[in-house]
Amino acid sequence: MALDTQHIILSTDNLSIGYSSKKTQHVVRSGINLELKKGQLIGLVGANGIGKSTLLRTLTKVQKPLSGQILLNGKNLSHYTPVDLAKTLSLVLTEKIASKNLSVFELVALGRHPYTDWIGNLNETDIAIINKSLSQINIADLKDKKCFELSDGQFQKAMIARALSQDTDLIILDEPTTHLDMYHKAYILKLLQRLVKETQKTILFSSHEIDLAIQLCDSMIVMTNSEVTLDAPKNLISKGIFNELFPKDLITFDLESGSFRVKK
Amino acid sequence: MVLLLAICFVVNITLGSVSIPLKEIFNSLFGNIENQSWQYIILNFRLPKAITAILVGSGLGISGLLMQTLFRNPLAGPFVLGISSGASLGVALVILGAGTFGGFLSTFLISKWSVVIAASLGSLLVLLAVLAMSVKVRDTMAILIIGLMFGSITAAVVSVLSYFSSAEKLQQYVFWGFGSLGNLSWNELLVFFCIYALGLLLSVTSIKALNTLLLGENYAKSLGLNIKQSRLVIIFATSLLAGTITAFAGPIAFIGLAIPHMVRQVFNTSNHKILLPAVFLLGAIIMLICDSIAQLPHSDFSLPINAITSLIGAPVVIWLLVRKRKMMF
Repeated sequence: MALDTQHIILSTDNLSIGYSSKKTQHVVRSGINLELKKGQLIGLVGANGIGKSTLLRTLTKVQKPLSGQILLNGKNLSHYTPVDLAKTLSLVLTEKIASKNLSVFELVALGRHPYTDWIGNLNETDIAIINKSLSQINIADLKDKKCFELSDGQFQKAMIARALSQDTDLIILDEPTTHLDMYHKAYILKLLQRLVKETQKTILFSSHEIDLAIQLCDSMIVMTNSEVTLDAPKNLISKGIFNELFPKDLITFDLESGSFRVKK
Repeated sequence: MVLLLAICFVVNITLGSVSIPLKEIFNSLFGNIENQSWQYIILNFRLPKAITAILVGSGLGISGLLMQTLFRNPLAGPFVLGISSGASLGVALVILGAGTFGGFLSTFLISKWSVVIAASLGSLLVLLAVLAMSVKVRDTMAILIIGLMFGSITAAVVSVLSYFSSAEKLQQYVFWGFGSLGNLSWNELLVFFCIYALGLLLSVTSIKALNTLLLGENYAKSLGLNIKQSRLVIIFATSLLAGTITAFAGPIAFIGLAIPHMVRQVFNTSNHKILLPAVFLLGAIIMLICDSIAQLPHSDFSLPINAITSLIGAPVVIWLLVRKRKMMF
């Protein structure tokens, strides 16, 4: 058992997520028990409005859990200081960054902030890590470009490089494939898969690309109306979980091909 | 730029209603007394004024930069938090309201220090109100709106006061509003400098936080930044800088908004490690130039500094924006 917990990067214990104000509590989901293993690519899927974002916001300490607890590397999430958390968990969000006048190198360099001194000077180690992150994502040639000059796909890669340079055990991405074409969707997810293999980091991402996620992920979290399930994609298919994902009037999950079909 | 600042500084001291040769200026500065009255003019009028110009220009520029980054808004300036309107209200109460107290009290109230104290108190009160609310409000944009609302309230009170005031008092208040770099004694300058230095120090310690904020608040938080604390430090630094400047030199417009834009266009960067010193230097340079022009060399007149900063600065910013066709932010 002791050996087992060493392989767990993040676990939740009877977690209940939602929003609370002074008088009322709005529970989005409750009784969530998950164990994310180290060195895996994990996809989070579910219909719109099912609570994917709320779950990610809670796991990343943007909002507080209503009840239950979250353990990150065996330590309660609420006991982390902001800087310690930044050294363990990095994020790629859907929101636009405030200044697009940064160069790609400057953007990626910001990932080193939890490690730099009071004024943010980069030492040799920092610069080596930044350059390594850039080459791991294959964007070393873009490093002097300004962010507003990049295409959506290139910008997303730069944001992933930034998270990588933060040198954390866990990277969480919120819908990293939105706004991208079919090729770049596959490219970004394939890139994440390669990063997991090369760096032994754990990467959790939410996505609506269920077909791609099934093909590439080591395990998936599926949120349906009745439950939140974590398992390997092939087990999830055989359990018939994907059929529960959406209302059945328009699309159904085809077990043979492992993808969704529109009803004719 | 440091060299340019030094040149502007000397030129600024050289120019004035009494023309004094350059050589004599250096002599006076370094203690070789040849002409008592010239030395008196330089040491007690021109030198303090030039130093004031440097403090005002750099301080306003830096506080403008802090506000633009914090609010992620290119239209923000040092006065968006309602600091200048707070100061205006204080001064308006003293100058316009003094008539109601009558006699002895009113002569005391209109003295130089009372205006400074009123302006400081006014901006301090508005600042405390904004700070108290910024602790409660989660959204940074809401603070911006709250600052603007405070501006409207004080403007309304000032108009009510002006409505009931005599023309003479009104003129006095309007003159304060023109801004003035002169008339500061060395003692006043010392007080000014101490508060300014504290504000500057806080700004320098915020450089890392400001760079992180370029990504937006959620990313900044994920990089381990304590948003509420940094926000408080940044707002406090701005208030110290902009508040004392308004108290001692009046509400000087434009510099705070324009200098950060000029620097971004020229240096083509968003890194505050470069922006902050550059804004400091350019702010001081522009202010010295504006002041040199405002005192209309070789004449007895001087123009209101507030008009000159806008007359000279605004076309420069427009020219930069049109030339590059793109706003750097």
